[in-house]
Amino acid sequence: MVQEQQIDTVDINVNMGPQHPSTHGVFRMVLTIDGERVIDVEPHIGYMHRGAEKLSETMDYRAAIGYQDRTDYLTQFMNEQAYCMAVEKLLELEVPERAEYIRVILCELNRISSHFMFLGAFGIDLGHFGTSFTYGFREREHIQDIFEETTGERMMYGYFRPGGLVWDVPDNFVQRVREVLPKSLQGLRDIDMLMTENEIVAARSRGIGIMSAEDAINWGLSGPMLRAAGVPWDLRKDKPYSIYDRFEYDVPVGRHGDVFDRYLVRIEEVRQSIRIVEQALDQLPDGPIMPEKMPRRLRGPEGEVYAAVEGARGEYGIYLVSKGGDKPYRLKMRSPSFCNLSALREMTVGNYVADAVAILGSIDIVLCCVDR
Amino acid sequence: MLTLTYDVGNIWLDALLGVLAIVGLMTVGTLALIWLERKVSARIQMRLGPMHVGPYGLLQTLADAVKLIGKEDIRPRNADRWIFELAPFAVFVPVFVALVALPFTRDWAVSFLDLGVFFVVAVTGLSFVGFLMAGWASDNKYALLGGLRAAAQLISYEVPLVLSLIAVSMIVGSLSLSEIVIYQGRVPLFVWQPLAFFIFFVAALAELERQPFDIPTAESEVVGGPFIEYSGIRWSMFFLASYTGLIVYSMLGALVFLGGWDWPLGRELGLWWQLVLIVAKTGFLILLFMWIRFAMPRLRIDQLMSYCWKVLIPLAFLQIFLNGLVLVYDWPDIMLLITSGAGLLLAGYVIDRAVRVEPRTLRLVPAGRRAKPAPAGAESGGT
Repeated sequence: MVQEQQIDTVDINVNMGPQHPSTHGVFRMVLTIDGERVIDVEPHIGYMHRGAEKLSETMDYRAAIGYQDRTDYLTQFMNEQAYCMAVEKLLELEVPERAEYIRVILCELNRISSHFMFLGAFGIDLGHFGTSFTYGFREREHIQDIFEETTGERMMYGYFRPGGLVWDVPDNFVQRVREVLPKSLQGLRDIDMLMTENEIVAARSRGIGIMSAEDAINWGLSGPMLRAAGVPWDLRKDKPYSIYDRFEYDVPVGRHGDVFDRYLVRIEEVRQSIRIVEQALDQLPDGPIMPEKMPRRLRGPEGEVYAAVEGARGEYGIYLVSKGGDKPYRLKMRSPSFCNLSALREMTVGNYVADAVAILGSIDIVLCCVDR
Repeated sequence: MLTLTYDVGNIWLDALLGVLAIVGLMTVGTLALIWLERKVSARIQMRLGPMHVGPYGLLQTLADAVKLIGKEDIRPRNADRWIFELAPFAVFVPVFVALVALPFTRDWAVSFLDLGVFFVVAVTGLSFVGFLMAGWASDNKYALLGGLRAAAQLISYEVPLVLSLIAVSMIVGSLSLSEIVIYQGRVPLFVWQPLAFFIFFVAALAELERQPFDIPTAESEVVGGPFIEYSGIRWSMFFLASYTGLIVYSMLGALVFLGGWDWPLGRELGLWWQLVLIVAKTGFLILLFMWIRFAMPRLRIDQLMSYCWKVLIPLAFLQIFLNGLVLVYDWPDIMLLITSGAGLLLAGYVIDRAVRVEPRTLRLVPAGRRAKPAPAGAESGGT
């Protein structure tokens, strides 16, 4: 008589992170896997928590700009923009034309450099042995040079101020940016040839991590994640801030909501950002970069304001409550990385371990922004 | 003439000298290959690669090797001691043993085996045991995952590799590597058997665990897989085995498909020309492996498996069947080329159909200044 033996199998818990090459920082996910299938994911965050929100309450409005650079360290200008917009709204400051244009140019360049970072890192997640990374970083470096020449810093710029900018851009700024834009386009073509047209990239990234439009809205996703899901929502278009209504551009929207669409949306966004920068350079006026009469010490009235920008990862918002005085009473940062990351489990469960890495990469998180 | 088969009378001494020659040659070869791989990757990635230690960084790998030997040999507390410590040898020894049967030139080999192809394939097929041992003994889940992936992948791809070599030895009528080389005096076998060469190349890529098949060691998923807990000299042994494997498979490909030391100059030429030929052909295949490694992302485990079992193995059987037809009915040699070439075209078509995907388009929603006059919800198609 043959006796059937029942073999008990146990699912394995794999602790991916906080030190793992593809968690994009100190992020930890506890994967429960059955063979190669992921059956549960539990994200653990908080390793990078520095209390940036609380710290911002202890210093005056200008000093807290530094903390904006340190949240999402790839889109510093956009964070500064959101913060300065909130303070300007509260204090009712008028930003001069030239400052607005320079802000837009820098923000869009920042979006380009951030997306190039994504393209490089995404290739590594899919298994490129560093080739996509160097291609992405070459393009990023050109833009980084402009930022360095303009602000004197490579990472923590602190260049925007409530009301305008710290100082004017260098004389050859326009010319330098015009030199860099064609290079970025060329770099995009290189990455297209390296990755977009590669069958393995397609096989690895199509049809995984699908988010329907409805789910994406319910999870509160924003930015390329939401647009890849098919929702044409872009704060620059739908809640125009700054001077974005003066430029012609398109908002790319995906049809499938999978990892490959998120990748394509980001590539197209780089092209559109280049268009915006070109138009802004054409229209760049002369003039002051700070209002004529700036108070020496910024003192806000009582009240609360919310200002949000379309960051490279989604809606980066600043909610600012003031009880008078020169410090915010409460400052809340709405971080797109955090909201997008919340949908990780929804997208990952049921896929392979290798897909979990690709899906996490497609969210394009910055852990400093998640934990703040 | 300098030969590797010393004849000092004592067979043990002969064997020892042969092994020493192989180990010395391959260690130097590995050091050179690591330098080459770093330089090739640097060129592909717009970098310079090692530049400072020695001219063009030539001594960099030597410095790294000295560093690795000097490092502490760490073993995790819960590791299975003996299996953990023996695993590097289980990976390293088979690959080195395979070199015994490879004829570098007409007269240079440690041993000329009549079953050379069989020996090389059988011996290199053992190295998966080492990966499995390392993965199991490390007491690490990444290592376990990587070890199991390695076992699945290496065993699966062994099959098309062997089948492609069988197809070749059917034509030659011998399993001896020297005879296979001599058979190719006029026309190398990759001309007669393009399909078998393709299958061999892909399977060798998988056996070597290089991109796009570096799934067991996937850096961004299982962080080095079976090697994750190894350090110092044991880790470098895995490395040594990997690069020696690169030499073994490249040289096997050069001997079996590219005409080895014979084609196109003929075997009557001197030893040095034969060496130049074999080094050039092996180097060509090595550079091809490296090029692919740095241009391709990684497949997923299920795609890897289905590619092997659904594409490569049926094609390999097709190749064997076609060769059988040609041999049984005594068709002229050109039929080998025609049938195999047709098979390769079929393979290209099948693979192309399988991987081809519709190009994706995105909707482009106008925004900004232009969006205002357009009616709400207006959309335009675009790329």
